[in-house]
Amino acid sequence: MQPSSSGQISIRGISGSPGICIGKAYLVDKEGVNLIKRYPISDAQISKEIDRFKQAVSKAKNDYAKIIESIDKSIEDNLDILETHMALFEDKMLYGRTIDTISTDKINAEWALRKVSRRAKAMFQQIDDPYLKARVNDIDQVTDKIMSSLFGAQDKKISDINKRVILVAHDLSPADASQIQLEMIKGFVTDRGGKDSHTSIVAKSLKIPSVLGLGKAMINVKNDDILIVDGSTGLLIINPDEDTLFQYEERLTKFEAYRAGLERESHLPAVTKDGVVLNLMANIELVEEVVAAKDYGATDIGLFRTEFLYLDLRRFPTEDELFCKYKELVELMLPHSVTIRTLDINGDKVNPYLSVVEEANPSLGLRAVRFCLENEPVFITQLKAILRAAAIGNIKLLIPMISCVEEIIQVKQALCKAIHELEQENKIFNKDIPLGVMIEVPSAAIMADHLAEHVDFFSIGTNDLIQYALAIDRRNPQVAHLYQALNPAVLRMIKMTCDAAKKKGIGIVMCGEMAGDPINIPVLIGLGLTDLSMNSASIPVVKNMIRNIDSRKAENCMEKIMEFNTVKDITEYIINEYKDILPFQGTDESL
Amino acid sequence: MILKDSITITRGTSVKNELGMHARPASRIAQLAGSARFCIWLHANSTRVDATSTLDILTLCAVKGTQIVVEIENQKDMDVLNQIIDFFETGFGES
Repeated sequence: MQPSSSGQISIRGISGSPGICIGKAYLVDKEGVNLIKRYPISDAQISKEIDRFKQAVSKAKNDYAKIIESIDKSIEDNLDILETHMALFEDKMLYGRTIDTISTDKINAEWALRKVSRRAKAMFQQIDDPYLKARVNDIDQVTDKIMSSLFGAQDKKISDINKRVILVAHDLSPADASQIQLEMIKGFVTDRGGKDSHTSIVAKSLKIPSVLGLGKAMINVKNDDILIVDGSTGLLIINPDEDTLFQYEERLTKFEAYRAGLERESHLPAVTKDGVVLNLMANIELVEEVVAAKDYGATDIGLFRTEFLYLDLRRFPTEDELFCKYKELVELMLPHSVTIRTLDINGDKVNPYLSVVEEANPSLGLRAVRFCLENEPVFITQLKAILRAAAIGNIKLLIPMISCVEEIIQVKQALCKAIHELEQENKIFNKDIPLGVMIEVPSAAIMADHLAEHVDFFSIGTNDLIQYALAIDRRNPQVAHLYQALNPAVLRMIKMTCDAAKKKGIGIVMCGEMAGDPINIPVLIGLGLTDLSMNSASIPVVKNMIRNIDSRKAENCMEKIMEFNTVKDITEYIINEYKDILPFQGTDESL
Repeated sequence: MILKDSITITRGTSVKNELGMHARPASRIAQLAGSARFCIWLHANSTRVDATSTLDILTLCAVKGTQIVVEIENQKDMDVLNQIIDFFETGFGES
């Protein structure tokens, strides 16, 4: 960090997603849940504000009552917690004091609740007793519920944050990001997170510049400070001086012109110089992203992540709820295909009351297909919804986190059960859909030749494959720089997978972030990959790269690349061979 | 200055159940106290809390054996006082 005489501070972090933005800072509450606004209210508004708060509480209570009704009465412990929460909604220390605070401090309900809730939590945090300390969570959950019902109650009015801000947060989970009105945001910076973390994936898909892993941004930035976010080099500048500001405004203009140029051509096919056609597809999470995906020139949806509905509802959705979502998506995409990936999550994220087992290492824990096979009803519900939607549109089924042949066999058994149930229920469905597996666990890459016997296609999920192969947590800023797609060990695993698919004549797709980074494209073409799925914002720049590559040269280069044994040698070789066509990085020294 | 001259009524009891005064009994006490027409407090470990607030009651950290005093402001809430005392005496209905 370098403070200058003018008060300008520069902090270096990790590049989250490329681009530059200049704007005012907006600090997200440290807990990261919501943007909590603070605004004064007049004497005349006090009673209205109190009413708004009371309505929010009663709505939250009603919602909660519904959860209690729906929960299995045999799990008494859960019921106890929920009923305690019910009592807390109107507890004097929260409810009464929030109302008092609204009228004495003359502030909005959200801020009053936040203030009161913090005070209550502080009381419990001081207590030594672990049971009582844990009551902080109860206060948190109840506060969150009221808070979201306050937001919901005035959904339309909240759009007055439309000054287009730069978010400054401790961390942003995909769920947090989904709560924020993203069109109001120019860019964001976080203290935690590394390249390829979920946070950066969110940023990339939204086409907004971001810098992650800053460590000290929250401490140094105040609301409304002027910030420059340089997502390409991973730099945050707080309160820039005139010269810096001028310099960056110029860069911003150039970068936008460059990007606009790419986007104009993005609807054209991706064909190499020597005529090899590549199919570029989009990774999406929300049905709403389809429009952007098509704008960027995606043909198909190569990866539809299905976790959102589960996280959003905070319970397991019903077959019909899932079916409606999938139907909407496949109809929008017709005649093009949608690859639906089944639930890739730890179960406790869906329903915090479901599991009390805390996993020390969730990414190596009961997640994705492992969770689904352990909780068969959840899995079968999803499979049934997918098979039903397959009667309407063009669907491919993708199973995440497969690590051995046995799991595929179990998945097929579950599929048979789902089909049987659908037949019994006389529902319309289509069972003739391609079944694929994610190759994202090293054991799956190593066993790819055997796995190929059982499935119709592979989809290489590089984000996890790299993380597991190199034993790097990509969210840990201390080791994030060691997370390297061009690591020779990673390239060997990918090559093994490609070779196995080719030999068996099954389809192969790459759907990780690796496919969206132009520097990797010569390697992927060299390996013979023609189906790439990525965040749609990356498609224009990748297409541009593809159009400048000769596939025969890429194949030759690949042979050379496989001989190198360090990331440095590989990277330097690619940069040297392709320096004329590698894209503009936004902050190139030559500018 | 006029000093408030209301005369409060108090009764003592203690926490009898194994788990102490945890969230479920605390919210039940708050619920009982909620029907009082005047102020009602619990005292323990030389702290006084509002008996109508679950959270406030929990901050007493009342483990098994803690001496508790229930205080009401007005004679009219005698029945509420008695119900709360009974609830303590029966070990919150837990074994």
